[in-house]
Amino acid sequence: MSSANFTSEQITKMDQIIARYPRSRSAVMPLLHYVQSIFGYVTDEGIEFIGKKLDLATAEVNAVASFYTQYKRKPVGEYHIGICTNTLCAVMGGDAIYSALKDQIGSEHDGVSADGKVSLEHIECNAACDYAPVMMVNWEFYDNQTVESAKEFVEKARTGNPPAPTRGPKKLRTWKENSEVLAGFSDGLANEGISAGKASLLGLSKMKNSGNN
Amino acid sequence: MSKLVSVLTSNWEKSDSFTISGYQRDGGYKALEKALKMKPDEVIQLVKDSGLRGRGGAGFPTGNKWGFIPQGDNKEHYLVVNADESEPGTCKDTPLLMANPHVLIEGIIIASYAIRANHAFIYIRGEIVHVVRRVQQAIEDAYKTKLLGKNILGSGFDLELTLHAGAGAYICGEETALLDSLEGFRGQPRLRPPFPAIAGLYAKPTVVNNVESIASVPAIIDNGVAWFTSMGTEKSKGFTLYSLSGHVKNPGQIEAPLGITLRELLEIAGGIRAGHKLKFWTPGGSSTPIFTDQHLDIPLDYEGVAAAGSMLGTKALQIFDETTCIVRAVLRWTEFYKHESCGKCTPCREGTWWLVQALADLEAGRGSEADLDKLLDLCDNIAGRSFCALADGAAAPIISSLKYFRAEYLQHLQNGGCPFDPVAATLFQGSLT
Repeated sequence: MSSANFTSEQITKMDQIIARYPRSRSAVMPLLHYVQSIFGYVTDEGIEFIGKKLDLATAEVNAVASFYTQYKRKPVGEYHIGICTNTLCAVMGGDAIYSALKDQIGSEHDGVSADGKVSLEHIECNAACDYAPVMMVNWEFYDNQTVESAKEFVEKARTGNPPAPTRGPKKLRTWKENSEVLAGFSDGLANEGISAGKASLLGLSKMKNSGNN
Repeated sequence: MSKLVSVLTSNWEKSDSFTISGYQRDGGYKALEKALKMKPDEVIQLVKDSGLRGRGGAGFPTGNKWGFIPQGDNKEHYLVVNADESEPGTCKDTPLLMANPHVLIEGIIIASYAIRANHAFIYIRGEIVHVVRRVQQAIEDAYKTKLLGKNILGSGFDLELTLHAGAGAYICGEETALLDSLEGFRGQPRLRPPFPAIAGLYAKPTVVNNVESIASVPAIIDNGVAWFTSMGTEKSKGFTLYSLSGHVKNPGQIEAPLGITLRELLEIAGGIRAGHKLKFWTPGGSSTPIFTDQHLDIPLDYEGVAAAGSMLGTKALQIFDETTCIVRAVLRWTEFYKHESCGKCTPCREGTWWLVQALADLEAGRGSEADLDKLLDLCDNIAGRSFCALADGAAAPIISSLKYFRAEYLQHLQNGGCPFDPVAATLFQGSLT
């Protein structure tokens, strides 16, 4: 395996990831996120190259990659949609939303639409239960969804105009771009978006309204 | 509402609450200056005296955890913050990090100084990119203003802080699985002892704390022990974030002293959604045994909830009204535990699959009453028989739901299927046909 498939800039970034840790093996996870940012998924050549970089067997890197659901071993859509179908979101409407999108996209769990634009999975609780039902796209929050709002997202995403996240940057980034953030590289968008949604402020605003500050 | 407080949430309404300038304008990093003038052991003692207990579920006293780190041992020490929030129902650390990442960083520097760690890590959930961005930026800004790195505020104390994004595994919220994951392995729990305080990250003395625990430290340093202990109950001191979700009029985060009741919290949330009534709820996430409308006045502190047969956990109150089928709810949680079981321990790996099959049959109206006892028998063979608490969590909703709603399970058998209309439980029931 040569490094011919990675540019010198990419290899520099991988070295930067490794340098963050006292022991190089800790870099496996961010390196896998980084490989996803290049290819859109964890490729065989990515796994081999990480192994070479960290002096690990391919099987050892593979064992890590296959453990975590965020690492995909085949391409996903440009917009990867996750619908929470853990109990609370499912009951509040997540099951209905997931089922509607499955029909709309024409694919099952982890499947991609024929045009390659969108893919769908059902996800576990994503720590936004006070905004249920929750949809994640490229791991950005789309709070308080309905069947209609989720279907509208898919339609617009297919034409290249996805609506913006509810608590996130002004414009939705692609799957690959967000994977690079997860690998630890800033995209400079942290200051975009709100500090807190309405539900996050429930107690605080009650307290202020009652003049008990 | 005389019961409410705003410490962790105090600046969340401000549009720049997450920036370093916004945080410093409101007094941020003042507690750090104060702490760095104290001796590390004095900081540990102060946190011990405050009675602060872990806000990630277990409720272990934070100061004691810090005190377990052997000092003068000539080894590296590490602080690892567990920001892998994923217990179903739990949604407090996420808004906290989105609105105010600097309070966590300030707490990290103070805690690292106290335990004498020169490298700290935040293990953050990988499934919320905007929260990762906010923390990333906060760390970058803290380095730029010399709050991280060498000789912090001229104290001679050095600290590196590394942000590490997870990749979708509930089990990594378990502290030893988290450490394995951070070391670059599959996230699987370790046998204890040795505890992380003796052999944690890279087999070195390590403190693992939840986000909210660490984020509570600057206010305690700032305002003192007497202030903190004036809130809460006898053994559960201070304030915390309660997360209300589900069939309530206004779901959301409520910061209050420990010991508030669900009745009081529901009043703040505007009650159960119009025209419906409370059926069951989780006090601290799906791994804590469910409660019903008999438990509205239980004080929500560590002791009060335990005395009533459950756990305070992460204070994640998922509220379900009478339109919700208990069997469907429990089956879905069980599918979650099955999916998230790491596979290391046989009782959990195999047992959670059996539980799903048995529950799926019951939901579809197949089986017999004897299957309910079989479920309990399975739970008995899973809970307490694995390395970590995931298996206990899987058993909790089943055992507790059979305690309160056995008749509803049987109704599925009599009915030949689920007697509930799932549409009635959705928030948009009027618009679906």
